[in-house]
Amino acid sequence: MKIENAIEVRDVSMCFNLSREKVDSIKEYVIKALKRQLFYEEFWALNDVSFEIRKGDSVGLVGMNGSGKSTMLKIIAGVLRPTKGSVETAGTIAPMIELGAGFDHDLTARENIFLNGALIGYPREMLEERFDDIIAFAGLERFVDVPIKNFSSGMLARLGFSIATIVDADILIVDEILAVGDYQFQNKCKKRIREMMERNTTVLFVSHSIEQVKEICNRAIWIDHGHVRMMGEAEEVCDAYEAPGE
Amino acid sequence: MSLLSVFVKYRNLIGQLVSRDIKTKYRRSILGLLWTVLNPLLMMTVLSIVFSYFFSRYGNIENFPVYLLCGQLIFNFFSESTSIAMGSIVHSGELIKKVYVPKYLFPVSKVLSSGVNLLSSMVALVIVMIVTRARVTPTVLLAVFPLLYVLLFSTGVSLFLSAAAVSFRDLMHLYSVITTAWMYLTPVIYPMEILENAPAWVVFIVNANPMTGFIKIFRCVVLEGVTAPAVLHVQSLAWCTIALLIGSLVFKKSQDTFILKI
Repeated sequence: MKIENAIEVRDVSMCFNLSREKVDSIKEYVIKALKRQLFYEEFWALNDVSFEIRKGDSVGLVGMNGSGKSTMLKIIAGVLRPTKGSVETAGTIAPMIELGAGFDHDLTARENIFLNGALIGYPREMLEERFDDIIAFAGLERFVDVPIKNFSSGMLARLGFSIATIVDADILIVDEILAVGDYQFQNKCKKRIREMMERNTTVLFVSHSIEQVKEICNRAIWIDHGHVRMMGEAEEVCDAYEAPGE
Repeated sequence: MSLLSVFVKYRNLIGQLVSRDIKTKYRRSILGLLWTVLNPLLMMTVLSIVFSYFFSRYGNIENFPVYLLCGQLIFNFFSESTSIAMGSIVHSGELIKKVYVPKYLFPVSKVLSSGVNLLSSMVALVIVMIVTRARVTPTVLLAVFPLLYVLLFSTGVSLFLSAAAVSFRDLMHLYSVITTAWMYLTPVIYPMEILENAPAWVVFIVNANPMTGFIKIFRCVVLEGVTAPAVLHVQSLAWCTIALLIGSLVFKKSQDTFILKI
């Protein structure tokens, strides 16, 4: 891996089995096997995708629904393993594919900070030390000991964002999360992402809002039906993506 | 990352998952953790009233309540931990789809939560031993070994079951039948003498049964105050190794496909 790169994606392909009816029990498996109906339809969500992202860059992934953007992010975050090819990353990753994945709704905000922080891989001492900062950024001082099943979706998103960004990761993966929360919180998030960028965090950003991509990213990758269609300066790629006739 | 560094990085998570299980399990009950003591005590009372009568013709079992409770605690730990751990991957589906976490942590943390329950229900055993004036010998300290064996064995079985349950959900229903059959093939309630006239294959299964070994060792050190025969330890260790080996191999081989199936 080259020293100046944060992420290297080499010839990544991802194949899903699109069985029309999911077979997930022994009973069905036996019946289908006897009737010889156990065939699968393949779907290649990504085809030989390769790119490199340099440290400190902020890169936007653009593309239509179902073009493979989220699959790509999940592969980079290590959630999915590619069918072919490989991905290398340098340093720690803060994945924000969905804020508050792993919250337990019966627990309080306090307990969830420790649970969620542990899921991301933070040590306990650090969470204790930064606890007040997390609560303050999320603006939830009054609700620390309330079970989060009583929270609004905006409050949950705030808490999730606050936990995920409390330390600077080397790579920040952001998937559509700025769509939640009010404008005030969105601005707070953007500000924090910019601060992290100034401290040389690499940002990978997926959004359907081209304005946000242009605003935050300096480079962009356009993914179309599982292929890289275009790669380059954010402005250029976004303009081409938005060009009429597409 | 090597297995060890992964474990160090996520040791906080294991603690969090275990404490989450315990907190949510008892959050809505007034007696809380006390149930882990009360439940085996009540079960033991009912069973020992019924069965001490049935088994009286096989000679008097020395301190039947303690005999029963020893078997019950060990076997219930096994059946509870493996049944809960079995669904752990399926139920963590939402999480597994979104965050990278070493997946074996889910079944392992379920076994450890049940382990905490087992330790707190040991209070029940202490109470019964005091009430029945059982004689306590220093061999009690050796109880760590059978407890460790059953923990390791359950972990291996849980790894296998949690991976298998992702592909075949109905295994979860089947498994409750299996544990029931398994319990009857383990001397939990009955004394070994009852098998005198049983067919040879039944005796063989009961003796080869890993749970029989764990429970026998536990009873030796707690109830009889003697050290268990070495052969039982060898047999138990062999079972633990086999379970852990098969469990982790199957789990490792199938873990990348979990996300596609849940």
